[in-house]
Amino acid sequence: MIFDLAAQAAQMILVLSLAPLLLGFTRKVKARLLRRRGAPALQPYRDLLRLMRKEVVLADDASWLFRCAPYLIFAATWVAAALVPTFATGLTFSWSADLIAITALLGSARFFLALAGMDVGTSFGGIGASRETMFASLAEPAMIMIVFVVALIAGSTQLSEIAFHMLSHTELRVSYGLALIGLVIVAIAENGRIPVDNPATHLELTMVHEAMALEYSGRHLAVIELAAALKLLLYVSLIACIFAPWGLAPHGADLRAMAFGALAYVAKLAVGGFLLALFEVSTAKMRVFRVPDFLGAALMLGLLGTLLLFVSRSL
Amino acid sequence: MNVPALDSVDALLIVPALAGLVLAFLPGYRLAAGVNCVASGLAFLCACALLPHRPAPGAYLFVDDLNVVFVVLSTFVGFTTSAYSASYIGHEIATGKLNPAHVRFYHAMYQSMMFAMNLALLANNIGLMWVAVEFATLTTVLMVGIHRTPEALEAAWKYFILGSVGIALALFGTILVYMSAEPVLGEGSDAMVWTSLMQHAAAFSPRLLNVAFVFLMLGYGTKVGLAPMHAWLPDAHAEGPTPISAVLSGLLLNVALYAILRFKMLLAANAAAIAPGPLMIALGLASLIFAGFMLYRRDDIKRLFAYSSIEHMGIVTFAFGMGGPLANFAGLLHMTMHSLTKSAIFFAVGHVVQVKGTQKIADIRGLTESHPALGWALVAGVMAIAGLPPFGVFMSEFLVVSSTFARQPLLAIPLALGLLVAFGALLLRLVGLAFGEPSESAGEVEASVVPLYVHLALVLLAGLWLEPHVAAWFRNVAALLG
Amino acid sequence: MGTLAFDVAHLFAGGLVLVSFVLLYQDRMTGLINIFTLHAIVLSLSVAWQAYVQHAPHLYLTAAIAILFKAVVIPLGLRRIMVRLRIHRDIEVVGGVGATMLLGICLVALSLVVMLPATAAAAPLAREDLAFALSVVLLGLLMMVTRRNAISQVVGFMSLENGLILAATGAKGMPLVVEISVAFSVLIAFIVIGIFLFRIRERFDTVDIQELDRVRGGRR
Repeated sequence: MIFDLAAQAAQMILVLSLAPLLLGFTRKVKARLLRRRGAPALQPYRDLLRLMRKEVVLADDASWLFRCAPYLIFAATWVAAALVPTFATGLTFSWSADLIAITALLGSARFFLALAGMDVGTSFGGIGASRETMFASLAEPAMIMIVFVVALIAGSTQLSEIAFHMLSHTELRVSYGLALIGLVIVAIAENGRIPVDNPATHLELTMVHEAMALEYSGRHLAVIELAAALKLLLYVSLIACIFAPWGLAPHGADLRAMAFGALAYVAKLAVGGFLLALFEVSTAKMRVFRVPDFLGAALMLGLLGTLLLFVSRSL
Repeated sequence: MNVPALDSVDALLIVPALAGLVLAFLPGYRLAAGVNCVASGLAFLCACALLPHRPAPGAYLFVDDLNVVFVVLSTFVGFTTSAYSASYIGHEIATGKLNPAHVRFYHAMYQSMMFAMNLALLANNIGLMWVAVEFATLTTVLMVGIHRTPEALEAAWKYFILGSVGIALALFGTILVYMSAEPVLGEGSDAMVWTSLMQHAAAFSPRLLNVAFVFLMLGYGTKVGLAPMHAWLPDAHAEGPTPISAVLSGLLLNVALYAILRFKMLLAANAAAIAPGPLMIALGLASLIFAGFMLYRRDDIKRLFAYSSIEHMGIVTFAFGMGGPLANFAGLLHMTMHSLTKSAIFFAVGHVVQVKGTQKIADIRGLTESHPALGWALVAGVMAIAGLPPFGVFMSEFLVVSSTFARQPLLAIPLALGLLVAFGALLLRLVGLAFGEPSESAGEVEASVVPLYVHLALVLLAGLWLEPHVAAWFRNVAALLG
Repeated sequence: MGTLAFDVAHLFAGGLVLVSFVLLYQDRMTGLINIFTLHAIVLSLSVAWQAYVQHAPHLYLTAAIAILFKAVVIPLGLRRIMVRLRIHRDIEVVGGVGATMLLGICLVALSLVVMLPATAAAAPLAREDLAFALSVVLLGLLMMVTRRNAISQVVGFMSLENGLILAATGAKGMPLVVEISVAFSVLIAFIVIGIFLFRIRERFDTVDIQELDRVRGGRR
């Protein structure tokens, strides 16, 4: 009982502490690939600390929503990230680790961020919010279709069961491939990475997430940045859990298996970060009006995967 | 001397194929036209030889009551058209519309097309039949575009695209038929042979046959020119050389219809499959009524008669869809009469266009005064195709209507409506074309009107007195069609 | 053979449908030709797998023909035509990409609904191949209908033929007659197309169908 609770708490802490590291690692790899030295991988921690110590500057028109939104966003994202199995399946709260619940949590986080962006009335906030919701209107259906595909194969939307199913039935499935590509596309779009948005700049052309958070400062900004890092971690661990679940400690395993699972998880994060950096370095950002096409592709892949599954099931 | 016995069936294929090859290299249009005529005549004689003595069905070719009708008709019209073409081409070369290379190509393609059509009619293998129909389509596409004007190219392109789509759908239907036959007849070519398919049809999967027939109807129906898949037909008729229009209307449409009939017979042999009739009736009526109304606003003479072809193919499809001995008999008779009459009309139209130098109806007037032989022939032809007695078309249309009254009285109303609409449009146009003050002529009639009169005479004869052998023959086939 | 045979066939057939969608999405000529090459390659892989699974060596020939003609000769020819006619344009789409894609998905669903129940008695491999083949055929048809450029219509037609080849190989034991005919038609079709495209070039400076239609004017 204590052990289980401790394991669940450990997952929550692990997720929170690794998120900035993933971000830093990705930036470092990108810099290296571009033949720069880049900032140290631990830099995001220092940035967060620095922001925490700074004063919050609020606009006169800011409402209570503006002040509360960062915490709401952070809470929703942290809960979602903590639910995804990282080093073990079947933890205490894993019964609630439902893909649809996670999608909903992320959706509510996005909702608050968009509201916060529009709250102060600046034009950048408006741009960011409108772009974000436009992308979301395509990314969410795509996500749902991908959830369908995965759930149809595994027989459940619960992540632990999905991981377990994938571990026990390794087979060649087109639909899995399509779902993987679709999920990667959705992940890129949701996290605002190249080619959808450039997280490193504050140019009007490339701002989506940055635009919504432009008015924030001090601890509010720190919390929002942490939430963004958590979101990236969430997507990477989601992909790892569904499509590469090897190393996950099964339900009711001992400490050694969990430790091994944690090591495997860190390795998967490293691989994920590396691949992301590689991908970002090799492509250019696409124009904003092309992003719906990009996300539409993910939707199509999800739909096609569902249809293909339907075919193979009815045979 | 040890001469290998050459079957009439083989001859029907070898003669056009060889002729096509030879014609591709023959210079001088007169010689080429002559060879063309001779080859077509030979083919016709071989077809007639099939009537008394029929060889046994082979793995790839066979002859039965149904395709004998089609083969004889096809080779006859091919022969008369080649005779007409021989005289027509001279004028085309003189006016510069065709150059010598084109003429060689034209003649070679003509014989290739005859070869393909004979193959399609005689094939015992559904795959082979499909190949032959596709080849026939390709040769006609090339011939339609032969003038190389923008309009001709557009017409040929449209024909190519629509024809290819139709052919592709027909292939899919063919594959499905094979799939339904495979569990019963085993893998390999056995499951594609007509004779075996007909014998075992009752054991095939009915659902698969249903889906197959829909594809086949849509696919081959495009080649027949049924609305709504008819869009290629008016342009192809209007822009190609007139002998090709005659061949398209008189022959190619029939070959495609033959394919549909074969599959209809297959489906009829399977009790659980859907009745193919209603689909054919629906498409036939749609074509008839649509074409009937379209006839009113045409201002190009060839286009006018192209829509008339759509209309008549609609009637024939309707008759075959109706089923039963009387309707089938009427359908066969109508098909034959339409082939003869429509090709006769196109012969006349070709001359008219050459003489007047234009295809616009508004510019062609008073033919009976300026060119009596041609004018009166055209009058006779249009009267025939509009369904006036004593021509054969009246007889067949009458039979179709009466069989409809007997079986499905309600359907007789749209049928009669369509017939009347078309009748009105054609006669209206005829009055302008044939009578009144003659418009100016561009030249004299150089070509022969003999093929034209031969066809019209045959149609008249059939209308007055249908030879008992022919009638019995049609009755047999009608019974076969079920 | 068990489930691996089915899975791989499913992979290739599903992949072919996917590539048809990608083909439908293309808005540039070079992209179109490249994706068509991919389409032909996936088709020949699928046919080769069928040849292996069905122990039908003549299908290897079909796969070879598909690769040679459709993945090598025809794309080279189309590229030549593109350069000669100086077409480096975007392809205009009738109706917008999003609507076209959705319509495509509906067509795939339709073909599944039609074909799967109809082929209830056949082997799973054949059933799935036919269902996907019909999807590819319908997607090719959709491509022909929603394009304004003659070359892209031709590519749509060729992808339609690819679907037919998939169907023909899925139907077990269909004799070579059909396969030769399909290959034959590809060859002849291309010759015809080539002739027409060049002839069209002689008359206009465009291969745009709308321009061709304009020539018709008020012809009735």
